[in-house]
Amino acid sequence: MPRPFTPKVVTANALLEGDVVYFTAADTWTRQLAEAELLHDAETAEARLAVAAQQQDQIVGAYLTDMKDGDAGPEPTHFREEFRRTGPSNYFHGKQAEA
Amino acid sequence: MYQYNDFDRAFLAARNAQFRQQVERRIDGSLTEEEFRPLRLMNGLYLQLHAYMLRVAIPYGTLRGEQMRMLATIADKWDKGYGHFTTRQNIQYNWPKLPDVPDILDALGEVQLHAIQTSGNTIRNVTADHFAGAAADEIADPRPVAELLRQWSTDHPEFQFLPRKFKLAVSGAEHDRAVLRAHDIGIQLVEKDGQRGVRVFVGGGLGRTPVIGKVIKDFLPEADMLPYLEAIVSVYNTLGRRDNKYKARIKITVNENGLETIKQKAEERFAVLKPLFEGVDQQMLAGIRAMFAAPAFRNAPLEGYEEARAASPAFRAWTDTNLSAHKQEGYAIVTVSLKKHGETPGDATSEQMRLLADLAEKYGHDDIRISHEQNVILPHVHKSDLPALYEALKPAGLATANVGLVSDIIACPGMDYCALATARSIPVAQEIATRFEELKLEHEVGPLKIKISGCINACGHHHVGHIGILGLDRAGVENYQITLGGDGSEDAALGERTGPGFAYDEITGAIETIVKTYLGLREGAEETFLAAYRRVGAQPFKDALYPEKAERKADAA
Ligand code: SF4
Repeated sequence: MPRPFTPKVVTANALLEGDVVYFTAADTWTRQLAEAELLHDAETAEARLAVAAQQQDQIVGAYLTDMKDGDAGPEPTHFREEFRRTGPSNYFHGKQAEA
Repeated sequence: MYQYNDFDRAFLAARNAQFRQQVERRIDGSLTEEEFRPLRLMNGLYLQLHAYMLRVAIPYGTLRGEQMRMLATIADKWDKGYGHFTTRQNIQYNWPKLPDVPDILDALGEVQLHAIQTSGNTIRNVTADHFAGAAADEIADPRPVAELLRQWSTDHPEFQFLPRKFKLAVSGAEHDRAVLRAHDIGIQLVEKDGQRGVRVFVGGGLGRTPVIGKVIKDFLPEADMLPYLEAIVSVYNTLGRRDNKYKARIKITVNENGLETIKQKAEERFAVLKPLFEGVDQQMLAGIRAMFAAPAFRNAPLEGYEEARAASPAFRAWTDTNLSAHKQEGYAIVTVSLKKHGETPGDATSEQMRLLADLAEKYGHDDIRISHEQNVILPHVHKSDLPALYEALKPAGLATANVGLVSDIIACPGMDYCALATARSIPVAQEIATRFEELKLEHEVGPLKIKISGCINACGHHHVGHIGILGLDRAGVENYQITLGGDGSEDAALGERTGPGFAYDEITGAIETIVKTYLGLREGAEETFLAAYRRVGAQPFKDALYPEKAERKADAA
């Protein structure tokens, strides 16, 4: 039996600001993980990454990362993505300060 | 101190103008990220977890007041009002925006600073003993040599695409404060039969495969130094592996080929290069040396110093931990701790930077150093000025009396900023420092170096920490490995792993256990942690850290 697919989102950093962005179903980039498009199978995920990665004028380093389906949209399954959507733990800077 | 000449100024201006255009072309879409990436890295611009990061070189860790003030201005104008000083004597800005970076580089250029070769597979910022030119035990100031190396390595056409990054450090004393033996090449100024020369270490490095550097040349006359270094780097450039990033550093080249082979090839190459140098390097070195003449030291009475020590226990404690012996009578080297308990190691706010600039001008012959231990040094302070200096540092949170103690922790940025990290390091350092402050133990414990890295790259030098902590990702959870007995000095040693790692919420307790075990077994206050460890070995610490295992062993016996 194939291993169950862990849902994913496409994420990257914004070209100008360098902050964390996520790819939406409308082919745009959002700073809110909740607005990201959650991808449920490998084929769609790769296809969406290919579309996202073409937007070189807006982002740097697009990649797929694991998420779970939470009450308010995608939620990180790994602490690295938890930090990326929050900001550093030593100062109230980054996303946590902008919300 | 070195002052740029017209050539330096023109070079930097041209380079900054070039990068400005490259940034414009990236933004308007004419350059892809793939094309732009090596260009931005050549100019110190990284992309990290939450933002870009600009790494600015502080050559051999030396700054003038006006330069420090400019670092503060940049922090306020284009960042979030602070900077992070690193173990490579650089300052990192964690929040610059891409369109602003060319302006930041121009601002740095105004005060003769740059970010060139703070990344990429090039010769990186040349570091030096942070007590250079002041230490009582040095035979010569290593900074003129470091400056010569900076000029030689900057934009060196042969060495822009080495197999991997390449780090140089220089020291002028037998007591190694510059971790020479953990560098690709370490250079120690020495004297033999009245002749000035250098001892050269090669193939040291931390990271995934830690290696203590080996002596490739015990004595080299000063005039042969530059051609010999060029020969070594040239041999490495040819022999170093490019097929595997993890085997590309010179430490691996030396291990795989053997020191003797590297040495022989270096000698051959040296024989070719030496005649080409024609002594120009020596003329330049002499010119540079003149710019590093010692300041006009004051010959003044020590007025008030001992009285202040007697009157204030806090001032006395600070003088006990934060001063080092100066070569000039009546002077002291002051280490200003950037490790206030609970703060981020190595961070300084723009306000603190400005204050340090002012105080350096007022009391310190306009000389500031950044140490690889992430502190700021005022290398030349007359002892009669120490009480006033201390009073000025205090309200700014810069008078913590903890240099060399438990809370004077080196910590790399870790998962809070670094894209390569596998775990956090900053909050671990904050918590350990806070815990020991609560326990009021660190002065009793005495000299103890804790060093923390957030991944195997070891920017936090954990292998050479008396206690080293390495943050890892174990099945999606932060986990911290402990090593004991490391040493970055002239008695360099790599720490030994204690055993299984500890969870994020267990690591501070584990460190407390180690320190208390030491207190219980030391032969007296004079026996430092490291000395005690060398005497008793790892076992008592392991037994304390892993009591279940110790019990099982006892049952079996
Ligand atoms: S040791 Fe690892 S986590 Fe720390 S700064 Fe270096 S690369 Fe980043």
